[in-house]
Amino acid sequence: MNSHDLLLLLPESFLTAAICVLLVLDLFVKQSRRSLTHYLSILALAVTGWLVLCGPGAEGGSAFGGMFLRDSMATTLKLFVLLVSGLVFVYARPYLADRQLFVGEYYSLCLFAVLGMLFLVSAGSLVMVYLGLELLALSSYALVGLNRDSPLSSEAAMKYFVLGALASGMLLYGMSMIYGATHTLDLGKIHAAAATTQSPGLLRFGLVFLVVGIAFKFGAAPFHMWLPDVYQGSPTAVTVFIGSAPKLAAFGMAYRLLEAGLGGLVVHWQEMLAVLSVLSLAIGNIAAIAQTNLKRMLAYSTISHVGFLFLGLIGGTPLAYSAAMFYAISYALTAAAAFGMILLLARAGFEAEEIADFRGLNQRAPWYAFLMSLVMFSLAGVPPLFGFFAKLLVLKSVVDAGMLWLAIVAIAFAIVGIYYYLRIVKVMYFDEAEEHAPAVTVADAPLRWVLSLNAMALLALGLFWGPLYGWCNQAFGL
Amino acid sequence: MFANWPLLSLLIWLPILGAVPVLLAGDRGNGARWTALLVALATFVASLGLLPGFDSGSAAMQFVENHTWIAALKVNYHLGVDGISLALVLLTSFTSVLIVIGAWGSVEERVSQYMAAMLVLEGLLIGVFCAMDALLFYVFFEGMLIPMFILIGVWGGPRRVYATLKFFIYTFFGSIFMLVGLIYLYFKAGSFELAELARVGLSAREQAWLFFAFLIAFAIKVPMWPVHTWLPDAHVEAPTGGSVILAAIMLKVGGYGFVRFSLPIVPDASHTYAWVVIAMSLVAVIYIGYVALVQEDMKKLIAYSSIAHMGFVTLGLFIALALTRDLNNPAAARLGMQGAMVQMISHGFVSGAMFSCVGVLYDRLHSRMIRDYGGVVNVMPVFATFMVLFAMANCGLPGTSGFVGEFMVILAAFQSNPWVAALAAFTLIIGAAYTLWLVKRVVFGEVTNPKVTKLDDMNPREKIVLGSFAVAVLVFGIYPKPLTDLMEAPIAQLVQQLLLSKV
Repeated sequence: MNSHDLLLLLPESFLTAAICVLLVLDLFVKQSRRSLTHYLSILALAVTGWLVLCGPGAEGGSAFGGMFLRDSMATTLKLFVLLVSGLVFVYARPYLADRQLFVGEYYSLCLFAVLGMLFLVSAGSLVMVYLGLELLALSSYALVGLNRDSPLSSEAAMKYFVLGALASGMLLYGMSMIYGATHTLDLGKIHAAAATTQSPGLLRFGLVFLVVGIAFKFGAAPFHMWLPDVYQGSPTAVTVFIGSAPKLAAFGMAYRLLEAGLGGLVVHWQEMLAVLSVLSLAIGNIAAIAQTNLKRMLAYSTISHVGFLFLGLIGGTPLAYSAAMFYAISYALTAAAAFGMILLLARAGFEAEEIADFRGLNQRAPWYAFLMSLVMFSLAGVPPLFGFFAKLLVLKSVVDAGMLWLAIVAIAFAIVGIYYYLRIVKVMYFDEAEEHAPAVTVADAPLRWVLSLNAMALLALGLFWGPLYGWCNQAFGL
Repeated sequence: MFANWPLLSLLIWLPILGAVPVLLAGDRGNGARWTALLVALATFVASLGLLPGFDSGSAAMQFVENHTWIAALKVNYHLGVDGISLALVLLTSFTSVLIVIGAWGSVEERVSQYMAAMLVLEGLLIGVFCAMDALLFYVFFEGMLIPMFILIGVWGGPRRVYATLKFFIYTFFGSIFMLVGLIYLYFKAGSFELAELARVGLSAREQAWLFFAFLIAFAIKVPMWPVHTWLPDAHVEAPTGGSVILAAIMLKVGGYGFVRFSLPIVPDASHTYAWVVIAMSLVAVIYIGYVALVQEDMKKLIAYSSIAHMGFVTLGLFIALALTRDLNNPAAARLGMQGAMVQMISHGFVSGAMFSCVGVLYDRLHSRMIRDYGGVVNVMPVFATFMVLFAMANCGLPGTSGFVGEFMVILAAFQSNPWVAALAAFTLIIGAAYTLWLVKRVVFGEVTNPKVTKLDDMNPREKIVLGSFAVAVLVFGIYPKPLTDLMEAPIAQLVQQLLLSKV
């Protein structure tokens, strides 16, 4: 260990210190001054972001004998993880305050999860992957159960914990086999050793468990069972968090494990991912049609988007990873806005999470109805919105990989998917507002402004997506 | 003087950005209406500004704007017009003004949103006709579904939700397969530029796949039999303005797509499978004509008549392949294509006018059913005059624009295959039958519905709309030469392209 190692780790170290300070500070803050924790958390994210982007060690490198990698892919993902988490904090605050959930624990748990994600995307060894993942997962379990008095929330937390633990077990089991086959935990060395290993069977066996673990964490079918219950059961302020930023980290994890570690086995995991992605597209899109709860519908929609994201990974070329990363970023920003809309309409004693709650929104609040329709059209992949170009890039990489049939399956399910997104637009624009439906009055200015910017960004990034795409390409050395 | 201006960008973005002040004007008073009219008129004037600088003798794209959009993918914001595009752009901007005027008194609810959606749609449509980059085209092509979805769904009739969802999903279904085709082509040509795609060599098998990918997309848009079923629903439920823009312009996007994509990019497959398209067109002309005959709903009848008329467009375009390649008769091929293009423009005027006529009646009685009318001429003589004129144009009476295109297509078809021409000519009988029968039942005859006796004749606003359509129908019926001159050069070039095999 030397000072260079510590410099490379500076953003993470800073965040860790900041969380500890916040934890202690929060004890002495009166409930009426709780906003202090809120603003300090956002400040901590901002400073970490600044350190990631232009602090010392930003030129990259590896630390602690290859355990921790700071490359441009990690930097890009980290910045978006921090950005999306910041959005989440802004969206969540009024909701939390209305429900007596505006507590320091929410912020410290979220920040610990963010820290886990930062480590996850920078992982250079299997141990690091596991550590980052567990830090993220354990914080998430606790977050889901944040509302102790709600049986739904507790049930979701329990399910999440049991299934998550199972997935971690799978992952760990796979890692142990890979270690057995290659005698190393370092992903770079695994990559080299995989080609010459004496026991390719064991390696492939390990790969299967690894892929299962990844699929669990992403929520890809058929390992998606926890996802709808967790999304629906958690307080929306938590759903918005676990539904957005962790997808970016999960992409980072999949890249580290599959490409950096087991890139030599690409033909094997390609097939597995293809099956997972087709199943996810089918189950996600079809099951979403039947939902009446918006959070649950978005959960199934997540499953289908994970299917699309896997399609990007399948290509196995830098260009394909860049497309998948673009997709993950697009999804995280869009999902944050979608759950943000639910948070915006929710108020004390009213969750606004049923699709029917959006009825006639255009009459009640035309601006928010417009924003929500932007979000829905982006999720559906209609140009000129952000989501379309993400899908375009993924489809392009699939066609490039010579799997035209997969592209056709994907678009066939995209057509199925369009129905339930359009239904939200239909409910908002074509249905009459119920007579007792309350007017939308949002007192919280930051929520209004940031959410508007977030949703408009989906349009802006649709019209000018070149720079972001260039950035993604750069992250993979293109 | 205008040659160096980014006129095409102006035409696209003026209405789209103009939608913002329209929305801000709100629903009280006439602010939104006046603002929308101002924007639509400005766009129309700007589109007329293309004419002085346009060299109709050249087949090249003019008013070209080319900026890099996405450098990494070599996607460009590349706009340009040739005679074919220019005619359609003018049609769009002209019709949009009339739609705004037409909606003045008939749309009362959420006026600002209605006008804004119309203007956005106008901008996107102009974008479709100007885009020279396939991805840019696709973005406009799909993007226009959004405002149309809203237009039908919010201001439509009782079954509007069903109709608009069907419309959206049906057309989305078609175009997304084209997207995969375009991605495939991108890897072949290394760019989304239409000109590049037209040059790239493709094997017969590749062309066949691509041909059908394009066919699904554009056949649904036109729409051709048997993928036409979304259109009657969409038309019946759409508000008048929505029907007008749908029939007059959005359907033309399908025909335009054939001209820009299918014919130049996959000429050999187009030649091989031309019989499929020709057969589908003839079914549309004859069978759909019969279907129109039995309709009891005026809008549905006109919708089916639109499908039959658009059958001529596809017939004219694809008859050209046999004429150039098998019969070595490029002159007849040009005639057929020109006929198809004239038919597109003329159908834009005639169908727009017919739907406006129904809108005039609907605003008064709130019924589209033929049986609720009868003897309208007794109380609305001016309206009856217009309606009869447009009906004549709809059945292709010489002297109206409806005649020119159909006649040219039949003439060209005759030189390819007299039987095809004979079948196509059936339309003159069937078209006359359903149109005249409609007029007879609605305009003439005894007044059976007491409500009809209380109808007022058209107000000045409606006279402006129908009068403008009438002028267009008559001018291009009597003297279509400016139109054919405009499109002659690009069509001649396209026929040249058809001769070159890409295999």
